Parts: sequence; C-alpha cells; structure tokens
Amino acid sequence: MSFNIVVLAKQVPDTRNVGKDAMKADGTVNRAALPAIFNPEDLNALEQALRVKDKIKDATVSVLTMGPGRAAEIIRESIYRGADNGYLLSGREFAGSDTLATSYALSCAIRKMGKVDLIVCGRQAIDGDTAQVGPQIAEKLGLPQITYTEEILDVNATSITAKRRVERGVEVVKGPLPMLVTVNGTAAPCRPRNAKLVMKYKYAKTSTELQESSSDYTDLFNSHPYLNIDEWGAADIEHDPQWLGLSGSPTKVKQIESVVFTAKESKRMGVSDTEIEDLIKELIANHTIG
Amino acid sequence: MQITLLGNFKIDTDMNNIFVYLEIEDGAVGDVSLELLTKGRSLADQYKCHLEAVAAGYQLDKVAEQVFPYGVDVLHLADDKRMSPYTSLPHTSLLVNLFKEEKPQIALMGATSLGRDLGPRVSSALFSGLTADCTALELGNYEDKKAGKTYENLLYQIRPAFGGNIVATIVNPDCRPQMATVREGVMKKQIKDPKYKGKINKLDVSKYVADTDFVMEVIERHMEKSKLNIKGSPIIVAGGYGMGSADNFKLLYDLANTLGGEVGASRAAVDAGFAEHERQIGQTGITVRPKLYIACGISGQIQHIAGMQESSLIIAINNDQHAPINAIADYVITGNVEEVIPKMIKYYKANSK
Repeated sequence: MSFNIVVLAKQVPDTRNVGKDAMKADGTVNRAALPAIFNPEDLNALEQALRVKDKIKDATVSVLTMGPGRAAEIIRESIYRGADNGYLLSGREFAGSDTLATSYALSCAIRKMGKVDLIVCGRQAIDGDTAQVGPQIAEKLGLPQITYTEEILDVNATSITAKRRVERGVEVVKGPLPMLVTVNGTAAPCRPRNAKLVMKYKYAKTSTELQESSSDYTDLFNSHPYLNIDEWGAADIEHDPQWLGLSGSPTKVKQIESVVFTAKESKRMGVSDTEIEDLIKELIANHTIG
Repeated sequence: MQITLLGNFKIDTDMNNIFVYLEIEDGAVGDVSLELLTKGRSLADQYKCHLEAVAAGYQLDKVAEQVFPYGVDVLHLADDKRMSPYTSLPHTSLLVNLFKEEKPQIALMGATSLGRDLGPRVSSALFSGLTADCTALELGNYEDKKAGKTYENLLYQIRPAFGGNIVATIVNPDCRPQMATVREGVMKKQIKDPKYKGKINKLDVSKYVADTDFVMEVIERHMEKSKLNIKGSPIIVAGGYGMGSADNFKLLYDLANTLGGEVGASRAAVDAGFAEHERQIGQTGITVRPKLYIACGISGQIQHIAGMQESSLIIAINNDQHAPINAIADYVITGNVEEVIPKMIKYYKANSK
C-alpha cells in the first residue's frame, strides 16, 4: 500500500543576513537585494519526511511550494536530497495572500493530490515568523496536528508518534493519520544533496522554465518525462475565488515602517581603573546598584 | 483517507466584547495571560465593552480568584478532565463554537507554543485575521481608499516583520474576531482592583467539543516551571556573540551574581550555544525593562534592541566603537569585556557597603 507524504516548503528572502541595501529609501524592503533561500525549518521538515520514507516501504515524498516561477528551485533542491517529485503552485491569483489565503490555496492543492497520509512543514518561515500556515491548513482539511515537532519517533499505517519541544518542556504525543506535522529548527538538519540525484535531475524544469529557456530541451524531456516538474495555476485546483489572494486575506497592512531607534546622548569612556571606578561609584550613588 | 475541505464560516462585524484565552498549568494562570488581561481591560475601557476570559482544563476552581482582580467581567469555565493536558482539536472546537455564539470583537492569546498552535486553527475556522507576535496593540481608524470606506476603532496589530527590519501595522477591517498573539513580557501586568468581581459562566464541554476531537494521546509530558526570572530582574548582564565562547559567559555570571542580577543573551549567542534559549532577549525571545542593562559583546541587531530598549540605564561594553548598540546606550565602554568586567566586580566590592 502506498504511503504518501507531502512536504510544504517555501522560498524566502534570507532575512538573517540583511545588508545596508536591503531597505529602499521609502522604507520598504528591497527583495532583490536579499538572496532567495530554502526556508530553514522546511529543510528540517524535509529530513523528517525522508526518514519516514526510509522506514516505510512504498512511501513517496512530494514537495509542494507556492511562489513565483523561480520557486521551482525549491523543488529541484528537494529532489536532489531525496524527494520523489514536486508541485509548484504559481499564479497572479495568489498575489497578496496573507497566511489564511495561502493556507486555503495550499489546502486546495493538497486535496488535488488525492490520498495523503502525512503532511510535514517547517514550524515557520523566516520572512514572516508567524507559524500560522501549518495549523491553518490542518484546520481547513479537518486534520489533527503536531506542532513544534523535534522528531517523528514512529509511523505505521494508521498512527504517528512524535516528540514536541515546547517552551517549558518536552511532550511525546500519538495520533491518527492523516496528520499535519510542523517541525522545529532544533530537529535534525537535512541530509545533503545526493550527487547521483543531482546528475539525474539537474535539467528538471517546470513548463514555464522550459518556455523561457534559450535551449531546446524537447527531445530530452520526451525521452526523460520524469524531468518535468508539475506546475499548477489557480485553474488547476478546485477553489472558490473569493478565498484566494487579496480577497481571501482578512488582514490588511495599514502601514510599514523601517525600524529606527532614537539615539541617546551616550557618555563614551575607556577601560582605565579610574573610569570604571567612577562609573561604579556613580551607579551606587544613584541607587542603580547596591 | 481522501482529504476533504471544510467550509469557511464568517462572523459578522458587530461591536462586542473582548476575549482573552487563559493558559493554565497546574491550576495557575500564566503570566502571559495576566498581561493580556491587563491590555484587554484597557482596550475594553476604551471600547466601553466587557472583558471576558476563557479557561479550559481540569480542576479550575482557583482560576476565578486569579483573574477577577485584572478586571474580568465574565469568566467562561470549561472544566473537564478531557481538556487537560492541552491538545489542539478540543480547545479549537471550544473557542470556535463559543466565538460563534458570543461573536467577540477582539480575541487575544499568548504567542507561546500553545497559543501559536491554537490561534491559527481558530482563525482558519472563523476566517478571521490573526496577527502573530504583536509588540503593541492600539485602537485607531483605517481608511480603505480603494473601497472608499472608513473604519473606526479597529485594533492596530503592530508587529515586527522581515527578521525585525520593519514594523508593520496590521488591521482586520471586515472579519471578527480581530485576533492577535503577544509574547510573554511584552505587555505589563497590572491588577485593576483586588475586589473586582465578574460572573462565572460554566460551559458544558460536550456541547462545544465533539468526542471525535479527542484523538491525540499525550504519552509523556515533562514541563518545568521556569527557574529563571530574567523578566523580573532589576539588573541584567547580557552577552552576545562577541563574548566568543560559553566559557567567557562565566564572567557575566560572576558580574550578575555580584550585582544581584540575571544573565541574558542575544539570539546570536544562543544560536552559537553560549547560553540556553530561555535567556534569549529580543523580538524572538523575551522583552525586558530592567533598571540596569549591561550589554557585553553585543553588536545590537534590531531584533535584540527591540527587546531591551526600555531599560532605564544601558551600559554597552564592546570592542567596536561603531556597534549599533552604542547609539542607545547611556554609557559606552570601548574595550575588552575580559578586562572591564573584573574591574567592575572589584570596584563594586570595594565601594558597596
């Protein structure tokens, strides 16, 4: 019996290395100046999914990502590391989606995938840090969830057991499949690319990428159909248009400001004994310490 | 199993009460919930509406006396053995069905691992906007220029985004409740009136939660009460990546012990393994407002500064005279931490009585 795992992954701007040119003069984010990367916790999620695949016969791992055309990189990267296939959900209809519209679109895409036993995603994406899309999808699909997962301990045909790491401790929980699992950054890191898979799939492309490519890959793709990465638009998923994109997003951004802190008039000092002693005496005198 | 999609349910936008979901461990209401009650009370006063709280768990007899002093007008009690420990589906169903009846204007919960598990599910079921990890909540008007509509007294949900590089103000014009999560320590908790008395509304859990919601089994559970009280410490000695090693962090403990303070850390120091996660100060950690904050080897990323800028007095010790933290410090000591801290300890011991 097949066992179908879906990994949800997102391509994100690398907000951890924000340079000086990352903000435009008007205070908005200059996305072009930030490298696009695989959302770190989604890589932890992919590893947990691949470990389940290693243990269960006939298990497949499919990666689903929503984003612009270049997000196909996420699918290739996942396949290089051991995923079986991927789906890119892309289109204008999805533009302006908040977490709720995103979770609706992804839920519709997951439903199109047919029998799904396990959905695994990162706890949160580093561009928003909301941790909302996973649980919102679980709710839309009527599935239970295990959030903040550090390790999937056991999976069989009907149930899953996992260890959660939460603020004040650890929990081991067990529940029925299908289940949605979100994975913490404290989970095992993702395995590296497999050289054989890189060789086999390096020309894997979506139909849009094929059209935009300057080379003609028609013969290659006819003889190697597995190189084709599925690309879905809104028309490919059964949906109600009012819940997609801007109209499906209850939250509106009223205002964006870049962060500016008011500078204080600082007293600059060195490390000589006199200077440090004077400072300590002053702090004691004004009852800050002591 | 074939997966099906549930329908969306929308609450209309009547002006109603403000709800806070209470986090309860061993019968005690968490600080984060008391902080939200304080904020909820002040919003309720501005809206001229009631503040209501929801407690779900088992043996909740002592909850009322803990929360009424914060100005709770109605406490909804879902006391049922099956509701403890927390699992996602029963608590989601309870809130979703209660909210369908009560139609709250605003619903607040902690940005804890529990609140961030529960909040998104409730917002998804009710098609209500949820803003995670807010650092401020205010009331204000919103003009939708495209639709030519003005909304009065919406909840401004203010939160950092993009790794702390921008601050966004989010509103939910058309959907209720307006939902937000807030981290522990961001709001201040303050008793409104020790004698304040609200009403208790006992809920029949089986009316709100289906038996089929109890699908998760909690096999093991080890929760520790936090031994640290960084948030409540008047003096904090914090270290950053510039401390170089976990070993060098010992200097910070020496200074903190001498002065009677606690040790905090920046995200970079925690990521590098110099200090445990519980000590992390900043947007993704705790927010502190001590009397004295000594930042050692901390460059001052925005996300750190956001969690400590309200400290009364800030001393920055750093090799780099251009470190961003220097701009918000009262005293900037340019030099080696290894040299400065022992001197501070020495002269404190020599001068204090």
